[in-house]
Amino acid sequence: MRPGTSRGSEQLNPGTAAAPRSLLQRIVGSIQAHELLGASPERPDAGKFTLLRDTRTDGSFLVHHFLSFYLRAGCKVCFVALLQSFSHYSIVAQKLGVNLAAAKEQGQLVFLEGLKSCLDLLFGEEEQPGQPSPLQFLSGSSGELRALFDFVRVSLTPCAQASWKGPVLLVDDLSVLLSLGAAPVAVLDFIHYCRVSVCCQLQGNIVVLVHSSEDSEDEENELVVNSLCHHSDLILWAEGLATGFCKDVHGQIKIIKRLSLRQAAEQDQVQIYQYKIQDRNVTFFARGLSAAVL
Amino acid sequence: MLNQGRCTYVPALPRRSSTIDDLKIQLETILAALFDKQIHCKSRRDTASVMAAGGGVAVGTLLLIEEDKYGLYSNLLFKYFLAEGIVCGHDLFVASAKEHPDNILKELPAPLLDDTYRKELGDEAEVVNSEDFQDSMKIAWRYQNLPKIEASPTTYTKFGHYYDLSKKMPPELCQSVKWHSFYLHEESSFEPKMKAWNMNSGYARLLQSLQRIISQEGFDGSDPQKKQRNVLRIGIQSLGSVLWGDDVCCSDPPEDPHSLTKFLYVLRGLLRKSLSACIITVPSHLIQNKAIMERVTNLSDMVVGLESFIGSERETNPLYKDYHGLVHVHQIPRLNSLICDVSDTKDLAFRLKRKLFTIETSLFADAWLLLSPNQRILGL
Repeated sequence: MRPGTSRGSEQLNPGTAAAPRSLLQRIVGSIQAHELLGASPERPDAGKFTLLRDTRTDGSFLVHHFLSFYLRAGCKVCFVALLQSFSHYSIVAQKLGVNLAAAKEQGQLVFLEGLKSCLDLLFGEEEQPGQPSPLQFLSGSSGELRALFDFVRVSLTPCAQASWKGPVLLVDDLSVLLSLGAAPVAVLDFIHYCRVSVCCQLQGNIVVLVHSSEDSEDEENELVVNSLCHHSDLILWAEGLATGFCKDVHGQIKIIKRLSLRQAAEQDQVQIYQYKIQDRNVTFFARGLSAAVL
Repeated sequence: MLNQGRCTYVPALPRRSSTIDDLKIQLETILAALFDKQIHCKSRRDTASVMAAGGGVAVGTLLLIEEDKYGLYSNLLFKYFLAEGIVCGHDLFVASAKEHPDNILKELPAPLLDDTYRKELGDEAEVVNSEDFQDSMKIAWRYQNLPKIEASPTTYTKFGHYYDLSKKMPPELCQSVKWHSFYLHEESSFEPKMKAWNMNSGYARLLQSLQRIISQEGFDGSDPQKKQRNVLRIGIQSLGSVLWGDDVCCSDPPEDPHSLTKFLYVLRGLLRKSLSACIITVPSHLIQNKAIMERVTNLSDMVVGLESFIGSERETNPLYKDYHGLVHVHQIPRLNSLICDVSDTKDLAFRLKRKLFTIETSLFADAWLLLSPNQRILGL
């Protein structure tokens, strides 16, 4: 992946006396997450594959953001939550102003709780032949994620009555599938099938979280992450600060718009911000311009 | 977990005692006090504030301890977790492939339930704290004015208990709680259904046993008749070692690299849906395959690594003369909240000082790094 230039990057050189007014306004105020991405709840994107990546930190705040963003926008969301329980997401979503239980009841949200599904598979009674568990690959010899893909496809297929906007698939997080015994190729195949089905056929969006690190020794994980980077339209890369922990700046986020994916001659656009996570929202600001410093 | 003000004080040794037996006798549990905070967390919403206050293991979560080289301190923490459970009246589930759980429970330290003794500890702590901290700042004098990462011991007298390692817990106290044991070599062979799990049979049997206890005893809320809901404390010793039938500690690549991570995932599911808290010790220093340790860390809520100085060059390094080991916090829980509980520092060391066992910022570790190589050799 070619590294992007700083064209369009929102970095203010502290030496310059006169900064553009709009830039200064945005820097001094807190920037909303969706403003950074150029999308708004009234007008969500279509057919996009967004990769959330974190290194040396926890990027799950981005998952919470996208979940509440798409639900507020009126999209139908299929959330494959592999690592945490429903109540965890529900409590955070409430702080962000979204009621997950209500969305689930209305059919706007299809929630796959991986932990619960796994327990049902291993400890439950014999399953019905027509309804294989989405995590079928855990028991049995085949490491394929076909059952998981079928679950996603069926969840997001539009039904006659409901009139939600474009479908969205959200996965938290993909690296867990490797820990559970799925082969890297199987994971990539699953994502590929989901892209064809959700992004191309249904004009929906996919958002996937993965963990990675430069000095990681998990080669399978790095393989999956690098491959996904090549095929993503947008990459949000949350990194812990290289200098260590800081109370006012929790990390740095790199926003990479992969324009080169759609148009051959275009270069990727890279923007770098720092962020601080609070109880009910996340504030973004230009590097070195945290409120604590100004 | 280990942040602002993490000190509990214990009856102490004379200074410079370095024999292992002395350490064992004198070492008391700071973490037992921490572990006990979980029962005061009534709702999940409180978790973040309890953790921020330095509280221990939240209900429904897993604390993974990476064993120190000889398993000394990790074994002690394991026993304290169980001892605290007995004193609080929680049910216990003890699993091991090494020691029989009956023997583990016989070796638990005796609690100190006398209030006056606790007050004495508090006074002693304040005295030692002020005088010793002054003269120890000769090398790292720049750090002298930084806020100390210690709290007065009185803040912890409401939560947790103190223990005396030289005495064993009285058998009648042990028998006052309901406890379940799982000793791998005495368990019957697993059921055919587990064959399809694709998991190491020892782990599969343990999960089966755990699930059975949780549902039979009603820890998952399945029995609406039970009004008095208790907490189940689960302790699993040396998971991943060869005794469990897993070769992850002796081969790279292991025969089945996914057994351990699958086990942790299923365990996580069981913990999340029940009123239980779990501590696991893992001999991670034996695991060659670092990819597996990365995955294990991601699948645990809280991961703490212990590094003791016994037998290492740091034991004789004058900069570390007051410390007995380091505490590495690799992972902290992120539950029910956007923010995670980040502490000001993650470089912590534990030490024994007269009658005190403390965990503090290892300022000396940082100072050591600032010195030139010659200075380090000379111990200046």
